[in-house]
Amino acid sequence: MMQRRLWREASFDLTGKILQINWLYVLLLCALAGVGYTALYSAAGGHQEPYAARHAIRFGFGLVLMLGIALIDIRFIAKMAWAAWLGCVGLLVMVTQVGHVGKGAQRWIDLGGFQLQPSELMKIALVLALAHWFHRASWERIGNPLFLIPPIIAVLIPAGLILKQPNLGTAVITMLVGGSVFFAAGVRWWKFLLVALPIPFAATIAYDHLRDYQRARIDTFLHPENDPLGAGYNIIQSKIALGSGGMWGKGLLGGTQGHLDFLPEKQTDFIFSIIGEEFGFVGSLFVLGLLSLIILGGMLIALRCSHPFGRLVALGISINFFLYVFVNIAMVMGAIPVGGVPLPLVSHGGSAVITVMIGFGILMSVHVHRDVEFSGTDQER
Amino acid sequence: MKRDTKRTSVFTRRALLMMGGQAAILGGLGVRLYQVQVQEGERYATLADDNRISARMIAAPRGRILDRHGTVIAGSRINWRALLVAEYTNNVPQTLENFSRIVPLSEYERARIERETSRRRRYIPVMVREFLSWEDMARIGVHAPELPGIVVDVGTTRIYPFGDRLSHIVGYVAPPNEADVAEDPMLALPGLRVGRAGMERFHEPVLRGRAGSVQLEVNALGRVIQELDRREGVQGEDITLTIDAELQQIALKRLGDESASAVVMDCRNGEVLAMATNPSFDPSVFNSGVSQTQWREWTRDRRTPLINKATSGLYAPGSTFKMAVALAALEAKTASPFDRVECPGHYDLGDTRFHCWKKHGHGMVDLRGALRMSCDVWFYEIARRTGMDRIAAMSHRLGMGVLLDMDLPGQRAGMVPTRSWRTKQGRIWNIGDTIVSGIGQGYVQVTPLQLATFAARLASGRAVQPHLTRKLGNAIQPGARTEDWPSLGVADRSLQAIREAMWQVVNDPGGTAPLARLPDRTWQMAGKTGSSQVRRVSREMRESGKFDSEKLPWEFRPHALFVAYAPHDQPRYALSVVVEHGNAGAAMAAPIARDIMLATLQRDPANRTEPPARVAQADPPPTGPRDVIR
Repeated sequence: MMQRRLWREASFDLTGKILQINWLYVLLLCALAGVGYTALYSAAGGHQEPYAARHAIRFGFGLVLMLGIALIDIRFIAKMAWAAWLGCVGLLVMVTQVGHVGKGAQRWIDLGGFQLQPSELMKIALVLALAHWFHRASWERIGNPLFLIPPIIAVLIPAGLILKQPNLGTAVITMLVGGSVFFAAGVRWWKFLLVALPIPFAATIAYDHLRDYQRARIDTFLHPENDPLGAGYNIIQSKIALGSGGMWGKGLLGGTQGHLDFLPEKQTDFIFSIIGEEFGFVGSLFVLGLLSLIILGGMLIALRCSHPFGRLVALGISINFFLYVFVNIAMVMGAIPVGGVPLPLVSHGGSAVITVMIGFGILMSVHVHRDVEFSGTDQER
Repeated sequence: MKRDTKRTSVFTRRALLMMGGQAAILGGLGVRLYQVQVQEGERYATLADDNRISARMIAAPRGRILDRHGTVIAGSRINWRALLVAEYTNNVPQTLENFSRIVPLSEYERARIERETSRRRRYIPVMVREFLSWEDMARIGVHAPELPGIVVDVGTTRIYPFGDRLSHIVGYVAPPNEADVAEDPMLALPGLRVGRAGMERFHEPVLRGRAGSVQLEVNALGRVIQELDRREGVQGEDITLTIDAELQQIALKRLGDESASAVVMDCRNGEVLAMATNPSFDPSVFNSGVSQTQWREWTRDRRTPLINKATSGLYAPGSTFKMAVALAALEAKTASPFDRVECPGHYDLGDTRFHCWKKHGHGMVDLRGALRMSCDVWFYEIARRTGMDRIAAMSHRLGMGVLLDMDLPGQRAGMVPTRSWRTKQGRIWNIGDTIVSGIGQGYVQVTPLQLATFAARLASGRAVQPHLTRKLGNAIQPGARTEDWPSLGVADRSLQAIREAMWQVVNDPGGTAPLARLPDRTWQMAGKTGSSQVRRVSREMRESGKFDSEKLPWEFRPHALFVAYAPHDQPRYALSVVVEHGNAGAAMAAPIARDIMLATLQRDPANRTEPPARVAQADPPPTGPRDVIR
């Protein structure tokens, strides 16, 4: 044990850290961004502008950011966890004051041409804060309900703020991400049941308090054929795009649904439909596989990590990414109600690429620093 | 340390559980993708094609109507128009409101457009406004962003260069009704018209042609990206009439302001060269709809501009009928051309006295004299001898009182009565009825067209039928040659006697129609006058000696008639002239007939059967770009 740590410490200069980065994982991310580039190239009708080239630049910037973060000591990140949480909550409060209204909701902050969606950052900060909270906790303490009250509040404050924007989808994802960290940290089974059981009742009550557009979204999801030219149009056209791709697809730039503008928001939320239409089942399965590998890689980093903080962070970030993928693809296939959730690293959209890459940077930092010692605090308080 | 191990193992367990869940969900997405893309792929591929492919009809250009020399008498003209495609806008009233600010639309028009957009499929354009000026077009172009759904295109509209001068023959077109559209969906396209009267109606299927179709790739907004497939329609065929438009104009001009009609026929084959009826109407008015004021004006005019007098005007033929009576008698051998009858100015039958138009009588007359001087008494006697049924049969054979087999809708049959017709009415046919029928009065009623046919048949000895269609496309229709028509089956000798008498009517010093004499002795006309009473002349009026039809109110004056053919020795043209309330055939109708016949003969230079030069010069068919009508 001592010897291993010494070897670690000895080789833990900058070069050592760079060598520790999982370059195969970075390659997977680049491949996914490449898929995004191709799809956006097609979405613009075979042009670099206005989507594909910018996407490449953003991803390049994000990649540098990710590698930089990967080299930051995970213990320093742990120290900053609550500060990040506080900062993000501050941004969320700010967004309700000065945020840009997009699609009937205040979600963006304009930082000099760079649009920031604090809810995305918030999820990463929340994972960090929760991981920090459970990092020191013993099995017994986790069993103590009182110990769980502060982290629950840490979830509910941002979730509530996001709900108020209003952005139901992201609020639900935030709670699911938080819940997954609770679960991985060892919170008892029955406590989850206690929370889960009242949800159907809560949902009925919540439905009455939803905004009109949210209710319409659920209604058209349940009965898209009722309104084929209205809100159900997106779902129908997206399914037509995917389905008409068949096994092998219509070929790059061969998609009619996308190029003739039947597909709405094809460069953002519905980018997967373009892939499905032009590259068929084979192409969409390839992208789905790529996404699965990235999720799997994140989960393996979590399993491999020797300290609880790293494990929980890696797991939370992977779950977050997984939820993104699931919600987007299920939405495109008409399996869940439409929500403004992009496909990470593929959809066009500036802040999403950056925040996702920040998350992967922290994930990679966990990997690089998987065996570091937290000074005397590994044990329970 | 043990507890820490417990935490780690719990984490590992739960992380693996979550990975299992993720794998299941991602696998589920994969399966769903397989279902949508591979299993249901075909269905969605069809839906994608439905999205992008829009089939549209292309209107076939309507065929033209030409006169016998190739002059266009119904054609098409470029027509700038604004259409509304409901598919491209989600607020039809707003678009119309914005459009109104550029080109004012009445409430009535807006209601029509909204009604049509709701009734037709959303991608079928509805006419908003036709006959736009170039300035309007430019302004609509500039304001296009405020006018979603408005499409401008160039269509065609029907034009009639001769206006009201040929309207009763050519007819007119009007917007199709729902029944028409159900029968031929092409008619739902904006601006298409259906023949509603005359040749436009009779030859509707030939003129209309068949719609083509085009398959277009469109984007979500309906903008055309490319043409995928095109099937050309069949252009409507041009129709060449037997009418000589120039002659028609001459005839109309000669009729002047009279409420009258004149029919000129080729007596060898029944081709109608002119069928003038006066007054008339402008057929293009029907194209865009007739105003109520206009309609009232037409229907209240006692000179009946909407009625084609040549085919639907019914007149007692008067003395022009006498040839039919004479021919019936000759064929029945109830009289010979040389049978003489004493005319004291009246004819007594029992207690009833029938008057000759000449108060003091004509003395002894035979057939030629009776026709030449139009002696009534000779015909009273001959009619009585021959009997009504024989007279009616001969009249029908000569084309009177029956529907002629003519290619123009809306003719009337008129009547030459038989005894059984009267019996069917529950009355008895009196011998007196036969006697007044002998001079073309009583129940006898014929149309000017029948009179012309009658003259043509007398002249040619063949059962020619009047017709207006000479060619469909390039195919000359049957009936253009003399041999196409059967013989009347009347002894040539009988006909010859009648013809000689008709020649005398015009050319003999004692004839009733010296005013019909042609100036050139090489062309001599044969004819017969007629003046038919529209009201019974009472005994008091006759005996008071003050009877003067000229002083009667217009509507009580007798009609003036004249039938003729020329040249006498080699009959080529037959004509009839009927001037409503024109008093006397000899004075009113005969000079008109002379002038029209002269013009007809002059327009037929030496044995011309077809004027070759003019046909070659005929306007080429319209070759402009065929509009894709959306």
